[in-house]
Amino acid sequence: MKIYGRGGFEMADLKRTPLYDAHTRLGAKMVDFAGWEMPIQYEGIIAEHEAVRTYAGIFDVSHMGEVEFTGPDAESCLQNLVTNDVSSIKDNQMLYTFMCYPDGGVVDDIIVYRLKQDRFMAVINASNIDKDIQWMREQAAPYNVVIKDRSGELSLIAVQGPKAEEILNELVDADLKDIGFFRFIDGVKCSSKTCMISRSGYTGEDGFEICLRNEDALFVWEKLLEAGTEKGLKPCGLGARDTLRFEANLPLYGNELSEHITPLEAGYGMFVKLDKGDFIGRDALKRQKEEGLTRRIVGFEMTENGVPRHGYDVLSDDEVIGFVTTGYNSPTLKKNIGLAMVDIGHSALGTEIGIQIRKKVLKAKVIKRNFYTKSYKK
Amino acid sequence: MEIKKGLYYTEEHEWVRVSGNTAYIGITDYAQDAMGDIVYVELPEVGDTLKAGDVFSVIESVKAASDIYLPVSGTVLKVNTELEDSPEMINEDPYGSWIIAVDMLDDTELDQLMDAAAYKEYLSEEN
Repeated sequence: MKIYGRGGFEMADLKRTPLYDAHTRLGAKMVDFAGWEMPIQYEGIIAEHEAVRTYAGIFDVSHMGEVEFTGPDAESCLQNLVTNDVSSIKDNQMLYTFMCYPDGGVVDDIIVYRLKQDRFMAVINASNIDKDIQWMREQAAPYNVVIKDRSGELSLIAVQGPKAEEILNELVDADLKDIGFFRFIDGVKCSSKTCMISRSGYTGEDGFEICLRNEDALFVWEKLLEAGTEKGLKPCGLGARDTLRFEANLPLYGNELSEHITPLEAGYGMFVKLDKGDFIGRDALKRQKEEGLTRRIVGFEMTENGVPRHGYDVLSDDEVIGFVTTGYNSPTLKKNIGLAMVDIGHSALGTEIGIQIRKKVLKAKVIKRNFYTKSYKK
Repeated sequence: MEIKKGLYYTEEHEWVRVSGNTAYIGITDYAQDAMGDIVYVELPEVGDTLKAGDVFSVIESVKAASDIYLPVSGTVLKVNTELEDSPEMINEDPYGSWIIAVDMLDDTELDQLMDAAAYKEYLSEEN
């Protein structure tokens, strides 16, 4: 047996979250993810995936980065950095957005939280923390804003699934019913520990993300597991996180997004507001929109039996016309499906394409990308 | 991690059960655990003649694809077609779920493989 298609197991010099000991006690398999030793699974990806779709799952996502923007120019600085319209959110609201290079390639996909008019927080991908902060600081030079990397002091726990609200409500001193989708409350107590709780996540289900100090993370994690286990809550690893986000058509940086892929090519133009005023990458993205895309990401389903994987070639008549960005045997749909970047001429629904799976080219067809209908609470 | 006595083992975590000149081949408990939930098993054709060390199957779990190597040279006599509909059988019963049976070309190749005690030792060194 030789497992390929994922990273090695060199554990030396890896960073650990405050929940590391809890993971090993729960029997998690730990892997290297972006320099962090993280749980890929506990019981198994399928069982954890199904728990989130049916009841609830709890995820340690403390490896993600948090960056605070404070000062009179905080909003205008962010407005220049990102593609979505930061002025459209009020206090206690969040915004999903891209941070682009001048050529339209993506530095990172991030979530911006507005705490106050002059105070924002951005949650960024673990794999991009150093690159993002350097980029943010370089671009922020002309603005009156202080950028503070708080990644080292804050932990993030996600509770996702139809039972998430019920479980979390038992421990929180506020009524979570009052928090709408992509909104948050700060300074709330969860099991007596001060947290920031948002209704958000990366699974396509209703759910919450709890941001709190490192020293409080283990206590809150254990209280949540205690309160949730009888309601079907399971600890879930990065394996299920990826299958869940994939089914819900949520992009992963490094797969659907990268410095070589623009948000328009990735199919997330609704988070690019070309009319909001100037921002980094606007000219390139505007031009790309006007000239029309030459390639874009589509959904596909295998019509011959094989599992598509990230990086596999996409072919048409022996010619490579693209690559698979993510593919799985979908745990919810029990089908072999994927997302692929293909030349625009092969992107129409129903188009027959081939996926190179080892030595064979197996047939697939282009389908809609909403594999799983998200069940967000509005 | 279960290791069954009476089987031969490879460093790549395949097992061999010998019955006459027929070798039944599967993957070990360690291998299925490392792969996680298995969703697809690619099988060779009956009649294929393969050498020891050849990739004779690919097992797809949710998270990755894994090559499975042939421990002994031979001609494929049977493939376990039950795995086409129920690949998860390998997770549930790795030593009961053979993948292929081969007619061995040279049974002295078995001497190159490990017995249960040696495989147990090998696993403890690996980890």
